Amino acid sequence: MPRVVVDVMLKPEILDPQGQAVANALPRLGVGDVASVRIGRRIEIEFTGEPDLDRAREIADKLLANPVIEDFTVRLVEADETADARS
Amino acid sequence: MTARVGVVTFPGSLDDGDAARAVRIAGAEPVRLWHGDPELHGVDAVVLPGGFSYGDYLRCGAIARFAPVMETIVDAAQGGLPVLGICNGFQILCEAHLLPGALTRNQHLHFRNRDQILRIESAGTAWTNAFQPGQEVLIPVKNGEGCYVADTATLDQLEAEGRVVARYVGGNPNGSQRDIAAITNTAGNVVGIMPHPEHAVEALTGPSLDGLGFFTSVLKHLVGAPA
Repeated sequence: MPRVVVDVMLKPEILDPQGQAVANALPRLGVGDVASVRIGRRIEIEFTGEPDLDRAREIADKLLANPVIEDFTVRLVEADETADARS
Repeated sequence: MTARVGVVTFPGSLDDGDAARAVRIAGAEPVRLWHGDPELHGVDAVVLPGGFSYGDYLRCGAIARFAPVMETIVDAAQGGLPVLGICNGFQILCEAHLLPGALTRNQHLHFRNRDQILRIESAGTAWTNAFQPGQEVLIPVKNGEGCYVADTATLDQLEAEGRVVARYVGGNPNGSQRDIAAITNTAGNVVGIMPHPEHAVEALTGPSLDGLGFFTSVLKHLVGAPA
């Protein structure tokens, strides 16, 4: 069953202290070549019937993202791709 | 007649009990409202208390905004009902678009819990008319996501219209833009504040009695408000 994936990211101008904290931890792993890290959220939606991108966009705009501070993208993925992303 | 001030309990609210006590100490009758009940039971004003409604899942306040009681409160607030959102309540008011902007993770990532001096910038709201403009008050702050953000145009508009209600003094606890601790809507009936006035209403438990002014303000406002 294909799913709709919603990716939510803080807008570029909004400070991401979580991402900064992760970036600051990387040198302790011996990683010195990362300029910045930003953290977002991936949401997978499964519809009871056919996946509906417009509906997903509406859900994202009203609830999943806060348009004041976040941007989102909506896309269809096949079930396999979802599984791959998890492995 | 004693004013009736509703205090909403969401799953995960923490400070509803203290808010109801503050209402009582201020001289009004607290009325407990339940998130799943759209009925406001004839209250004259509403407090959205602090806590972690719905476990702060997704974003703080994002799910509480769609609670049945909130749909009624949003309509009533647009019609002039005084609404005070404290901490998580402030986050809910922003998510519900009753107030502009958003509250994000504290810039230093630490939860901040301390007594905080605020300067009351606007004494013209339903919840701050008992104060003098410029008055400094001492009120506990305790939040992990209290950093107020909005775009520059919105911040400028808030300043120009006198809608910054209170600012942090003596150190900004969370990185809030322009040291903003509280804001109001254009009508002045809806106020969101990050620190907790309901924890500063008794000598036994609070650092001051300064928080009481927010609750006595709404009583003053209701007496003066047209029926």
